[in-house]
Amino acid sequence: MCLAIPAKVVTIDRSMAKVDMMGNERVVSIDLVPEVTIGEYVLVHAGFAIGIIDAESAKETEELLLEVAMAYEEE
Amino acid sequence: MKKSEDHLSKAGDYLAEIQTLAQRPFTIMEVCGTHTVAIAKNALRELLPATVHLISGPGCPVCVTDSSDIDRYLYLAAQPKVITATFGDMIRVPGTEKNLQVLRAEGADVRIVYSTQDALELARKNKDKEVVFLGIGFETTVPTVAVSLETAKQEGIENYSVLSMHKVVPPVLRLLAEDDKLVVDAFLDPGHVCAIIGIEPIEFMAKDYGKPNVVTGFEALDILEAIVMLLRQRDEGRSEIEIQYQRVVKVEGNIHAKRFIEQVFEPIDASWRGIGRIPQSGLGIRGEYSAWDAAKKFSLPIFRSKETPGCRCGDVLKGRIYPTQCPLFGKFCTPMKPVGPCMVSSEGSCAAHYRYAQRSGD
Repeated sequence: MCLAIPAKVVTIDRSMAKVDMMGNERVVSIDLVPEVTIGEYVLVHAGFAIGIIDAESAKETEELLLEVAMAYEEE
Repeated sequence: MKKSEDHLSKAGDYLAEIQTLAQRPFTIMEVCGTHTVAIAKNALRELLPATVHLISGPGCPVCVTDSSDIDRYLYLAAQPKVITATFGDMIRVPGTEKNLQVLRAEGADVRIVYSTQDALELARKNKDKEVVFLGIGFETTVPTVAVSLETAKQEGIENYSVLSMHKVVPPVLRLLAEDDKLVVDAFLDPGHVCAIIGIEPIEFMAKDYGKPNVVTGFEALDILEAIVMLLRQRDEGRSEIEIQYQRVVKVEGNIHAKRFIEQVFEPIDASWRGIGRIPQSGLGIRGEYSAWDAAKKFSLPIFRSKETPGCRCGDVLKGRIYPTQCPLFGKFCTPMKPVGPCMVSSEGSCAAHYRYAQRSGD
């Protein structure tokens, strides 16, 4: 139940943000991370961003996911 | 080097160090159900040396919901004009007689929602109905429910309420640390719970009980690295709360989320299925929000706690036995026909063991 998924903040409209969640667009609440800015990565749990992810590791995770996706395509 | 190759080589390094450090037996409890699934899915038990035992703890909120609470929300869901909004995990959890799925087939209005925002939207759109959200979950989920109650109060959404069965993790950790029958050397602490509460509320585990603890992320590499960190603590005679999951978890947690929890909820005693009553381990809705507290809004009968005969979920939740040591496991109790909650929830230890066909962990 405590699963949370990383997503990149694309736009912000008051307490809601549009995020890119591994290629899918979602609207999530940012009530719990009001300091978040566009371009930052957040961790999304049950429709809410619950934390901001350290930028460097978010980038690393993204690179890894892209590599895995490319490996699948090559197969 | 490609990132994926880099990760594989890191995994190899961690496993080699674990091999070196784990000359003596070392039993680690993973407290969080999401860790249980990650460990099972990545077959980590099979990769580790025989001296390292991973046992699952009481960290699946669905599994620890008491049968009396289940019967209570089933009673409420069967009332006319009530729309029950719930996360999907609860839908097949068996009460004494029925479950939500059965009630829905009988005509009750039960909706699976992805977030409390969806539940509020249901209330806005169905003014002639009462929308009740089933509040189940630990500190990761609680702030999202707190925000919904604050929104309902501010917007004056009168037909929305929450039946709070929420629980918090630190008191059950203390109970485990004090359990003489449980031999656990160290703990993998729940990353997302600590992302909210920080590490101060669990510091007693290291200070008072001398147990190495590592707050851990949910990738296979995170868990392997955390095991290395725990073994190093033992090797160096340390017991501390360390954070492996630093990309997300801050020492102080999420102050906004903590403020929402504090504003809306207060600690109460709560019954944990198979474990019993633990003081101050539950969260009740504060008086200022009582108009949105389903337990106060509806007159609900009190149900008695019952345990299913033969089901050993309680011992599984406390890490006293492996799921396969329960006489019902895999024979009378399967994910298709679950007897106990540890088999119902996909994050339950029994379901994870069954699905990924693990060795029992001898």
